Amino acid sequence: MEGTLNLVGYGLSAIGPAIATGMIFAAYINGVARQPEARSVLQPIAFLGFALAEALALFGLVLAFVL
Amino acid sequence: MLIQLAATGEGFNPPSAEDFDLPPFIDGVEFATKPILLAFLSVILISVFFIAASRKAAVVPSKLQFAGEGVYNFVREGLARDIIGHEFLKFVPYLFTLFTFILVNNVFGIVPMLQFPTMSRVSFPYVLAAITFFIFHYIGIKKQGIVKYMRDIMFMPGVPKPVYILLTPIEIATYFIVRPLTLSLRLFANMFAGHLLLMVFFLGGEHLLAGVIGLKLVSPFAFIIGIALTFFEFMVQVLQAYIFTLLTALYIAGALADEH
Repeated sequence: MEGTLNLVGYGLSAIGPAIATGMIFAAYINGVARQPEARSVLQPIAFLGFALAEALALFGLVLAFVL
Repeated sequence: MLIQLAATGEGFNPPSAEDFDLPPFIDGVEFATKPILLAFLSVILISVFFIAASRKAAVVPSKLQFAGEGVYNFVREGLARDIIGHEFLKFVPYLFTLFTFILVNNVFGIVPMLQFPTMSRVSFPYVLAAITFFIFHYIGIKKQGIVKYMRDIMFMPGVPKPVYILLTPIEIATYFIVRPLTLSLRLFANMFAGHLLLMVFFLGGEHLLAGVIGLKLVSPFAFIIGIALTFFEFMVQVLQAYIFTLLTALYIAGALADEH
């Protein structure tokens, strides 16, 4: 069996951003459920937070291929 | 698709980063590669669509005009106006160009016959992020003057003095390194990973189909998951075009604001 341990490392490093993304959307859904009219205000904030958390996972992916 | 099929060796060669290095189709002409051709094609498609949509503009819109105005309104009202504020109008052309260009180039990843997201070649997102980087710094310097703009970045007001030892390097790195890098790498890595994922399922399914009868029976599952992932990929492609434009608008809004 061949392969590189980088990808195992990437899998581990993706745990953090995965939890973060879940928490961000959980908070967004909570907010909209409590106050549906706040949706348009919360949506860009939620996607911004999602993008920032996801960036960490993507760095891991890039490094897994580069290193 | 110019992918080396797995049938050559004994085992299955999983798709890798080398599958993204497409050779030029004209020998010796380095610029005649598929991603560059797709980028030009996207420009032609976008221009033709929006010229056709806006040429016979009427008070009661046709279906085409309605579609074109829908996209324009989404960028103008949903992104530019809500985030940048009252000075949004002069940034709408840039944001709109960015959104449509990235969207069409991303969706090329799942269009039959083309099936290659242009943005999975890292140089395209680098250029787009560099343009955004220069634009938002230029706006900030023009609006506030270079001294005040740099001072606001490096020494955020209202913070106790000793904290600056920690805060100043972080802020400089955020504005000049992390922002352009994350902007480009996010788009690149999403398109790259998505395309790789689709290749794994479709090439894997194809390889199973070439195997013994037991493997042939399993291969439809690989194709079904591949088709489901294609729809997921479409969602990711639209989302990434939205996020790139959203972050550009946020950076511009941050440079325009007097206090950071």
